[in-house]
Amino acid sequence: MTITLTRRYLFAASHRLHNAKLSDAENQQLYGKCNNPYGHGHNYVVEVTLGGPVDPATGMIANLADLDSYVQKHVLDDFDHRYLNEEIDAFKSTVPTTENLCIEIYNRLKNFPAAHLERVRIEETSKNSFEYSGESK
Amino acid sequence: MKAAGKTNTVLITRKIEFSASHLYHNPAFSAEENRRVFGKCNNPHGHGHNYMLEVTIAGEPDPTTGMVLDLVELKGILEKEIMERMDHRFLNYEVTELKGMIPTCENIAIVIWKLLEGQIRKGKLHRVRLYESPDLFADCYGNGAAQ
Repeated sequence: MTITLTRRYLFAASHRLHNAKLSDAENQQLYGKCNNPYGHGHNYVVEVTLGGPVDPATGMIANLADLDSYVQKHVLDDFDHRYLNEEIDAFKSTVPTTENLCIEIYNRLKNFPAAHLERVRIEETSKNSFEYSGESK
Repeated sequence: MKAAGKTNTVLITRKIEFSASHLYHNPAFSAEENRRVFGKCNNPHGHGHNYMLEVTIAGEPDPTTGMVLDLVELKGILEKEIMERMDHRFLNYEVTELKGMIPTCENIAIVIWKLLEGQIRKGKLHRVRLYESPDLFADCYGNGAAQ
């Protein structure tokens, strides 16, 4: 039997999809409305999934207070109410699509000491979501 | 239509909601340790949640009925095994299967998996997902079937 625990977090941020290596016309064609030079925002939902085992003394895969403070410190403090392109170092060189956001958040959380990080799933809106489970083995 | 020798596995999911109370307390810990590890969940009077349970069955649709498992049958199993046992109960004191365990979301999901696994007559239990709140859930899968 495999058991995982998933916690959902929320942050609000703005971004702009734009690749400096492409022309303005190419960016416009590729990213459409998401290329608006002033950016736009989303309420991002981040699901963080941890893998077992369950500690018999606590009944837990990991203490949620520890996970909450780790996610707060490594993700939410940096991402909430920010402009991702300008305020997150990783997005100075990569386009802040939600695919790349999944990878960035996974990398920020993968060293959580109390349990194994299985997956990061992000809902950019209620209609689309993205998942990343680390590099292929 | 499927090719010869191939299987068409379909997942079907049924949701139920039950309300129950619980508390986290390990008698092997000191009172201070219980408060530190479990925080608000250590309140000796307990507290409650509306648990949302999603039960997913994997299988091939029966050629006669078009069903993996009749949802009415699954509903009956969930009513008997889960609702009658857990709905409007204090999980620590009233659910025998949880005796000696801390009734966390993880442990309740494991107990639900064990209660249901032997009851599924057609198809196979694929996943038990238990939401303690909209922001927290545990997933339980069979051996080696993660995802």
